[in-house]
This record gives sequence, structure tokens and C-alpha cells, in this order.
Amino acid sequence: MSDLNKLTIADARDSLRKGDITSAELTEACLTAIEGAGALNAFVHDTAQMARDMAADADRRLQAGDAPGMCGIPLGIKDLFCTKGVASQAASGILEGFVPEYESTVTSKLFEAGSVMLGKLNMDEFAMGSSNETSVYGNAVNPWRRAGDDAALTPGGSSGGSAAAVAADLCLGATGTDTGGSIRQPAAFTGITGIKPTYGRCSRWGVVAFASSLDQAGPMTKTVRDSAIMLGAMCGHDPKDSTSADMPVPDFEAMLSGDISGKVIGIPKEYRMDGMPAEIEKLWADGTAMLKDAGAEIRDISLPHTKYALPAYYVIAPAEASSNLARYDGVRYGHRAKLAPGDGITEMYEKTRAEGFGAEVQRRVMVGTYVLSAGFYDAYYNRARKVRTLIKRDFEQVFEAGVDAILTPATPSAAFGLGEMASADPVQMYLNDVFTVTVNLAGLPGVTVPTGRNAQGLPLGLQLIGRPWEEGDLLNCAYALEQAAGFVAKPDKWW
Amino acid sequence: MSIDTKIAARVAKLARIRVEDDALPALAAEFNTILGFIEQLAEVDVEGVEPMTSVTPMRLPRRADAVTDGGQQAAVLSNAPDAREGFFAVPKVVE
Repeated sequence: MSDLNKLTIADARDSLRKGDITSAELTEACLTAIEGAGALNAFVHDTAQMARDMAADADRRLQAGDAPGMCGIPLGIKDLFCTKGVASQAASGILEGFVPEYESTVTSKLFEAGSVMLGKLNMDEFAMGSSNETSVYGNAVNPWRRAGDDAALTPGGSSGGSAAAVAADLCLGATGTDTGGSIRQPAAFTGITGIKPTYGRCSRWGVVAFASSLDQAGPMTKTVRDSAIMLGAMCGHDPKDSTSADMPVPDFEAMLSGDISGKVIGIPKEYRMDGMPAEIEKLWADGTAMLKDAGAEIRDISLPHTKYALPAYYVIAPAEASSNLARYDGVRYGHRAKLAPGDGITEMYEKTRAEGFGAEVQRRVMVGTYVLSAGFYDAYYNRARKVRTLIKRDFEQVFEAGVDAILTPATPSAAFGLGEMASADPVQMYLNDVFTVTVNLAGLPGVTVPTGRNAQGLPLGLQLIGRPWEEGDLLNCAYALEQAAGFVAKPDKWW
Repeated sequence: MSIDTKIAARVAKLARIRVEDDALPALAAEFNTILGFIEQLAEVDVEGVEPMTSVTPMRLPRRADAVTDGGQQAAVLSNAPDAREGFFAVPKVVE
């Protein structure tokens, strides 16, 4: 059988269980696809031999019967996850040469379920970026191009390598992480599905920390069903993460009935931004109509503090980052600058961090340092945390009023060209997260589903936001939307 | 509040990131752009609102005050840029 790498997780699982294919064949198909996709710069650390060994183990388990759904499924792993014995450097120069002695909880769970790791995936440095242009490995490239134009486009960020790899069928699914939109925005830019679960669903242990109160891992896949299967294998309680939820993990896939009749879908008026492109307006209206046709009740709602989400985020996330990234000091791991005669420990810290961190990471660490410094802590950091309380309250009030899920655009535009934002100020790039960042601040689950294409043929996605801990219901709404939208387009292979 | 090169230099020092003098004006300008954006938060009425400490209403779990791990000196040091005699080595700290 050819093109096994193009299978969905669900189809591969069924074929593996029936014995029609082996994980070894599936893995080899992905490794071949990866080999031919250097132009996408999605995979940055190769673990081909490890993948073959893991596939062989998975095949033995499958033959013995009773293997979990993810057994034998080849995945890409974002470079932010620490993987034992395999380079893990968060796409940063400061972690060059770092090889963890331990395995992150999320990857442990996936590997215990029998999943195969194909390699590590490109991303923005320390997950700080919306275009994968801050990576020490260079840009990841979107497999999609505008019709009749061969300009290289961003796959989005920060999980840009994950998005490009899944969209180009280099793997069946990939792990992502999402602090302000880093799963959902790249998924939308590449025509795939991605879910950020409720804060606390996936353990953060072993995931390089960016902003600990916002960071969550999640799956990036070809379909909603695949996200349901993979998410189930990633989450669960972990005593090593003090914010990990001690709650049972439902069978998310079993909740995909496609029946959403009677569900109340909220349409927030504050997400109708000034100057929103007509094609995004239309996408949103079409998605609303699809959910209505599927039997949902559509309700106009208000989330009055939406406007303040991005500024609050750009206080809270850099503040937490400045604290988390203090650990990169050239002492325990990673890069240490060459010192001049007479340099002391302060010079070592300062030179190491100036050499090891890229421009965007330095900028955010310094902004965070500033908003936490004496005299500004109350005016910036405490105020932002109060605004965060209000943003969360906005959502609580609409959920209390009976809304089951909220439909919004995923991104303000389709994928833009690599380098196109180079002359813009940093705030222009931050606006990419305008529809996604509220979800992180409120700790809610959010999923993006591809539902249309723009005039140039690029994929566009919609976001559904759910109640806390109700990823199953949320995925079912996403499933209904996916069925109605019928998005099946794939990028033409040019790489 | 506007950031000048003096404040930018102080922030860089606090963050332990070396910034050369000729890069300070551009850094100060970037800070001002970002802080100008953040300034919008001043419009929000936050009277009587508690600052968020945990997005999920939960009490942090406690565990017994007991040793749960250890004896992994080699693993702890394996990624150190400079390790000697079982310790992390750094430039002289005390004169």
C-alpha cells in the first residue's frame, strides 16, 4: 500500500488492528515523506532509528492484541517537549546541546500507549512567536501557497513545525503547545485541527516553561476525530505538576455523535473587529449557519473585556517568562559564553543570555522584568491580573446563561508571507493572537477547525470555545462543524 | 510613562542580558511601543476586583514532607557546560 503517511490516526488504527498494515510500514512511509520535505524545515531533530525500534515494539503489541488506539501511530513531537536522550532545545540557541535525562509526562503517556516518535519539530524560540520566524533552526514553511504564487508562507506559530508536518502528511499527528494561540493559529493557517484543552488537563511536567499559568499542550491532527483520540492519550493527572487536574479523562472519541441539536452556540459581538476582512466575516457567518442547520440555537452574546485581553496577556506572559527563563544562566545546561580574562559570574550571566536568546525572547524577558520591577508591579502586573479575572468572569457569565460553546474566527487573516511582517513593530505580530488569547487567560478549552479557503486558495479556520473540562462536548460541536464544512483540500506538493 | 536609554539599560541589567550602548535607543523605542499598547489597561475599572492567582479554583495539593528522589548526581551534571568533582563550576564569586 502506498501513501500510508496520508492516513488519519483513526484509519491507521483500524488498519493496524486488523493487521492490514504494520507500524513498521507506516513509520517507513512517514520517514520517506520527511526525507523528501527538507524544504519545509518542519523536522529539526531526526530520530529515525528510534522510530523504527518503537514501531517494531508497537507491532509486537498489536500482534498480541488489546493495544491502545495510539499504538503504532507515528507522531512528530514539538521541540518544547523534553525527550529523554534526544535533543530538546525549544528552538533556542541557549539550549544548544541539551539532551534531557528525563521524559516529559505527555510524551511518556504517548509512548506508553505505543506511539512512535519520528523526530522533533520546529517552533518559535521558547514558543514566543506567531510565525515560526524566531527559531534558531530557521523558518518552518507552510506547505500551502497562494494560487499562482510561489512565495513562501508562514505555517503560523509557535507550533509551526507541527502544523506544517501534519498538513504535509509527514506524520499522522503532532504535539503542540498553546500559551496564547500557538496550537490554534498554526492549525488554522495550515488547514488542520488543533485543540488546546482546559488548563490542567495535560501535565506541564517536562515541557519547557514559557508562561506557566497559560501553557497547555494539545494535539494537532488531520481531523477532529484524530484530535479526540490523541488528546485522550495525552491527558490525565500527574502529581509532578501541581496544577494538573485530578479528574477522570472521558472517552472523547465516544462523544463524537455529531448531534448538536438544542446546543446553544454564542456569537460574541466583540470579536467583530474593525477592519475585519470580508472573507473572515463570511467564513464566520457561514460557520454560524452550518451550526444552526445542524440544530444548534444561535445566540448573540457579549464578552465586554475582550479588547483588553491582548494587553493583559502581554503583561502576564512576559512577566512569567522573565521568571521562568531566569534558569538559563550558563551554569546547569546549554550554552555558556566564552569569558574574557577578569570576567566574573555576572558577566557570565549577561554574555550567556545575550548570545543564547534571540531578539524576541530578549524583548519579552526584559518587558517582563520591567513590569515586575519595583514601582511598576501594581500598575502593570497586578492590574493585568485583575483584568484577567474580569475576562474569565465574562465567559463564566455567558456559560451560566446557558451557552454551550462560542464560535469565533481563529485568526484575523490567512497565512501571511515569511518576512512580510519583518518591518512591522512587535505589536502588529501580537495581533495574530487576538481571537485565541482570551481562551488561555480564562483557562478554557478551544479548538480550531478548517472550514473554508480564501480567494487565493489558502485555508481558513474557525474556533470553538467550550466550558471548562468539557472537551468532549466541545469536540462534538467541532465534529458537527467539520462534517458540515466538508473541508478536504490538501496543499499541492511543491516541496 | 516613557522609557529612555537609562531605564532600558537598567532593565537589561536586571534581566542579566548584555545590551551594548549603541543598541539601547532601539530597545527603548521598542519598549515604548509595547508599553503604549499595554497602557490601555488603565481604562479598565478594576475597583474591588481580585487579581487572579489560579485560573482553576483549586487549592494547591500538598504532599508529605519526605525525600522522594535523589542520588542522581551524574544525571544532574550531565548537561553542565563545566562540571568538576561532582559540582557545577562557575567563575570565582567571592574575592
